[in-house]
Amino acid sequence: MSKLVEIKNLHVEATTDAGRRIEIIKGVNIDIAKGEIVALIGESGSGKTTIALTLMGYTRPGCRIADGALLVDGKDMAGLSERERAKVRGTEVAYVPQSAAAAFNPSQTIMDQVIEVTRIHGLMTSDKARERAIELFKALSLPWPETIGERYPHQVSGGQLQRLAAAMALIGGPKLVIFDEPTTALDVTTQIDVLRAFKSVMKAGGIAGVYVSHDLAVVAQIADRIVVLKGGEVQEEGTTEAILSTPAHPYTQELLSAFEPKETQFAGKRTYKARPLLEIENVIAGYGPIQADGLPFMTAVRTVSLSVEKGRNLGIIGESGCGKSTLARTIAGILPASAGNIIFDGKELHHDARRRSREALREMQIVFQYADTALNPAKPIEDILGRPLSFYHGLKGKARDTRVNELLDMVRLPKALRYRHPSELSGGQKQRINFARALAANPKLIICDEITSALDTVVAAAIIELLKELQRELDLSYIFISHDLSVVEAICDEIMVMYRGEKVEHLTREDVKSPTHPYSKLLFSSVPKLDPTWLDTLVLEPELVRQYGGA
Amino acid sequence: MNSEIASMIGKRLVIAVITLIIVSFAVFFATSMLPGDTATILLGQAATPDAVAGLRHAMHLDEPAVLRFLRWIAGLVTGDLGTSYANNMPISKLISARFVNTMKLAGITALISIPFALTLGITSAVLRGTLYDRVVTVLTIGVISVPEFMVASTAVLIFAVYLKWLPAISFVNEVHSLYDLLRMYAMPVVTLTFVVSAQIIRMTRAAVIETLSTPYVEMALLKGASRSRIVLRHALPNALGPIVNALALSLSYLIGGVIIIETIFNYPGIAKLMVDAVATRDLPLIQTCAVIFCAGYLILITIADIIAIISNPRLR
Repeated sequence: MSKLVEIKNLHVEATTDAGRRIEIIKGVNIDIAKGEIVALIGESGSGKTTIALTLMGYTRPGCRIADGALLVDGKDMAGLSERERAKVRGTEVAYVPQSAAAAFNPSQTIMDQVIEVTRIHGLMTSDKARERAIELFKALSLPWPETIGERYPHQVSGGQLQRLAAAMALIGGPKLVIFDEPTTALDVTTQIDVLRAFKSVMKAGGIAGVYVSHDLAVVAQIADRIVVLKGGEVQEEGTTEAILSTPAHPYTQELLSAFEPKETQFAGKRTYKARPLLEIENVIAGYGPIQADGLPFMTAVRTVSLSVEKGRNLGIIGESGCGKSTLARTIAGILPASAGNIIFDGKELHHDARRRSREALREMQIVFQYADTALNPAKPIEDILGRPLSFYHGLKGKARDTRVNELLDMVRLPKALRYRHPSELSGGQKQRINFARALAANPKLIICDEITSALDTVVAAAIIELLKELQRELDLSYIFISHDLSVVEAICDEIMVMYRGEKVEHLTREDVKSPTHPYSKLLFSSVPKLDPTWLDTLVLEPELVRQYGGA
Repeated sequence: MNSEIASMIGKRLVIAVITLIIVSFAVFFATSMLPGDTATILLGQAATPDAVAGLRHAMHLDEPAVLRFLRWIAGLVTGDLGTSYANNMPISKLISARFVNTMKLAGITALISIPFALTLGITSAVLRGTLYDRVVTVLTIGVISVPEFMVASTAVLIFAVYLKWLPAISFVNEVHSLYDLLRMYAMPVVTLTFVVSAQIIRMTRAAVIETLSTPYVEMALLKGASRSRIVLRHALPNALGPIVNALALSLSYLIGGVIIIETIFNYPGIAKLMVDAVATRDLPLIQTCAVIFCAGYLILITIADIIAIISNPRLR
């Protein structure tokens, strides 16, 4: 079998801020045949993007290839001069970035950037390149292929930009395309279109690919072979079918088990109490100046009602921009609602958090998506957790210290972490601290706004487990906001689907399998499954896609 | 979209005009509060109270300040800048020659310092962390830290006093040839270039470094673009806003802030005129100079804003 790519004994070193050299890739060997798509899968920090980028002879600032050979079509990328590498980039090996929105230059038209590769390498005339680009736009099923190139990057949607980035990679006729988590930033409904477009173009051109991802289900749809990485080393390698059906390495098994629907016993027995813990009636919220009719300029949440019973969890799901996070902020009072009632534990709450009583604030806590930005980087963990203890409970000195230890214990973190700063913790640990801070208030309800979406699959699954355990111990209720159906399904008793600021459907766990609203149907059927044939056999009603499909 | 940009530019212009009115108001009343009475100063200590009162009346000094302000503003708008208290000459005549001198000095300095500073700023950003970058950074910080009178005095000491290559003072009237002109402008221009460039270099370097670390620059690199293409086509256009603002700030300094340079080299510019006017309590002259400085500043900043708006397709 003819090999297009041979990575032999690759070592990559990184220099830390302190000037210390650490090895981040430790002797990796990977082969890729012509026309084969190989997925590199692993959690963040496993070195998957670093390896993929070395195939272009590139390492991010601070890193360098220390040892090994990188043969791409017979040329050793590690040994070439910078000038020779530049010749290979875009023509033989091309790159599709993780966030196309950031990878397009905001001050140039899309067409200029798509055909730039042909200009740099003098591949064809400008007119020819434009024609070729429009052909690619059509092949990638982009809307308005003839004119979309005249726009600027901010004038098209995220899913379209991601496909345009693929066109930008393909225009130079590469033999190998590197996809760096190209669908991670997209909604599931959009992801399907993008994956399909990628797959058909790659197959049609017989182009080999390296697909970097942390999502096994996505990879299963597009890759021929999977390489599982952890800590800069290959853990397991095999065909997609083999990895999915008979994973040998414990880490691979762990990755796979994060997908399996778990047997969940729910602590929340339906108690049929007369009144629910939280009731929201016809809430309207949005941004911008208040108009004459008393509504905000941009309405993000339109007349939404919901209720959460004590000890039960409500999941809110929808694509980005559907208003789910705005709803969370409205319930918490961070963004005061323009209309409607918020009744918590039988008492009507003021729309504005600043005018709620301290007791009301204490009983309802919110946990934000990015622990990185939610935790003060200048404070040690004990201060971060101690602050709400003093604020809500007036704890001081020894009592406060004991309680901080208890909180760390609750979120299954060692007590020694209390002296560290947030920057000295891993992503999962930070999210646990973020959650512990909400627990410090002894709340009745915790609003979790996408708290697992910035985490790796395995770490996220552990956080969900923790949330369930704490619910049993502390008699909590959660409102769990996510764009990821599997996460919501794992923890919620009831699921509310939002679309364009409106609640379109309310489902209980039993009827998650059979949603009735067309948007819910589309959303639920768009979630990738581990089955490699899922994407090819998936049939979505064209009418649905036209009406609700991404972008 | 184009009407939007026009309205944004229109708004900037209106803001500039309002600022100018507020500043002239502030200038007028601040100068009115200067201690001492112009009539007394003009007539000397031996003047009789009657003579002083007569002069005050003739100069409208006995009118309420608001009325004088309105009279002055009306004059400004119609082009009548008033008459100097000190020597009874029309202010427009006093200023015009000096203004041309100032613009000459500013123009020559700008012509030299802008390309010089931009080149150094951009190259040191591209070669970030190299010896070249460090040398440029150390030198610019050094120049920023040394006061300009120090640079000017040292230059005079070396080139005029010891080496006797250049004249220590600028006599504009004795310029007969290009050689004379070069000799005359060499030291003031070099000193000003030092002062002005340092700021531009630092701002340009910072702005370019920021854009160089963006994902779209990495993308350009991975398309195989050469370094110069990456910098000129991807990094610079997106760093234009901060750079033109730095330029505008530095250039506005050349119009009104060069008093030390003009004094040391005895260069007959407008800043020196203003300082002399303060010494003689020549209020109309002070006010007019202040308004000219302010207008120059506002024009430059507004132009920079407009360029920043036009260069950003998200606003276009």
